[in-house]
Amino acid sequence: MINTDKEDKKYTTVSIPTPLVEKIKERIEGTGFTSVSGYVTYVLREVMANMDEDEEEAFSKEDEEKVKERLRALGYLD
Amino acid sequence: MQKPHGGKLVKRISGNRDVGGMDIIRVSNDVAKDVENIAHGVFSPLEGFLCRNDFESVLSHKRLASDVPWTIPIVLDEEEKKHGEGDEVLLESENGMQAILEIEDVYNYDKKEAARNIFGTDEEEHPGVKKLYGMGDFLLGGKVTLVRGSESPFEKYLLYPEETRVLFREKGWKDIVAFQTRNPPHIGHEYVQKTALTFVDGIFINPLMGKKKKGDFKDDVILDSYKALLEHYYLKNRAVLAVLQTEMRYAGPREAVFHAIMRKNFGCTHFIVGRDHAGVGNYYGPYDAHEIFDEFPDLGITPLFFRSFFYCKKCGSVVNDKICPHGEEHHINFSGTNIRKLLKEGKRPPESMMRAEVSEIILESGDPFV
Repeated sequence: MINTDKEDKKYTTVSIPTPLVEKIKERIEGTGFTSVSGYVTYVLREVMANMDEDEEEAFSKEDEEKVKERLRALGYLD
Repeated sequence: MQKPHGGKLVKRISGNRDVGGMDIIRVSNDVAKDVENIAHGVFSPLEGFLCRNDFESVLSHKRLASDVPWTIPIVLDEEEKKHGEGDEVLLESENGMQAILEIEDVYNYDKKEAARNIFGTDEEEHPGVKKLYGMGDFLLGGKVTLVRGSESPFEKYLLYPEETRVLFREKGWKDIVAFQTRNPPHIGHEYVQKTALTFVDGIFINPLMGKKKKGDFKDDVILDSYKALLEHYYLKNRAVLAVLQTEMRYAGPREAVFHAIMRKNFGCTHFIVGRDHAGVGNYYGPYDAHEIFDEFPDLGITPLFFRSFFYCKKCGSVVNDKICPHGEEHHINFSGTNIRKLLKEGKRPPESMMRAEVSEIILESGDPFV
């Protein structure tokens, strides 16, 4: 369930099981994380970053050949 | 191949746009470089100058409003509110850059608050804060399209991400470490670069060319000294030297992340972060620029942290505090201040500190300092 806070749309509330919250509270004790929200956000950002699909290079053959020509002219490629 | 930051390499260039009759805003050469970096994807995913929502998000959260990590606001200022949303204006600089700005937002901002967020201080002695206080009271946000690039004295060494990505692929490099610098190399720098290079396919040495503070080394001296170092001490198929045209902000930890993001866009997978990276005076702790990376599990480029490194007379080599068991009395520190002092006096630093080929380039330049 996701509730959007009308006053500040930068944050929303996500429901997660209470026992999990308790485990997270124990887990973050003595670490740099000051809240369960901070920890969950960190973990989700990490997970999402790893799940990002590869972007295809938007490069035509012609464009690529031009780039290679310049690199050769500058001495970067033989 | 490394993904660009935010997922897409930005390219906003159009040489055939008719710019006749447009209102002109004259911008500094530094702003012109920002425009070119946006247009050529160095600042991907930015497509223009930050609008208010992104600006505020960067200040408060070190992220764009889209949650993508971003630590340094890229903004265009104006003294008076002369333009409005929906206007198209032509940006022109002394160095020949022309670009169209589609204004999406005009807003004011609190300079002191911005300074505290970006630089961790509102003291005017800080060069970044001083520059910020000298800016106009309004910021113009919106997309830019480059119509004409500027003349660069470093044309032969100026590469953009589209080019480095092809270059790295052609070289067969997958893991690439980037080294940011604003100084000629001493032996300690070379040690750090080669230590990192040992574990990857290639190194991208990317000195920063742009406005610096008084007492910093001149751009051409930095570039020429690196050319000498690479010629004599690096394998040609393992190192690439190209310049990055952008000014130093002296924003310490935030700027370290910004430096890493730019190198990610160039196609690098790793980024070297040294002691007091992008620092100035005593405004930042020596390892603040290391710790900030903990906030970004989604940065997408791996920072390689280096602490202290020095020459140990007993080991007979360059070492660091993790591998040398000998006391401080045996160590010679690579003090930038000491090297500068010697060079100012026209003296060659000892070869245990700086390669003779590098010292020679610096001394031959006459006055190597800004």
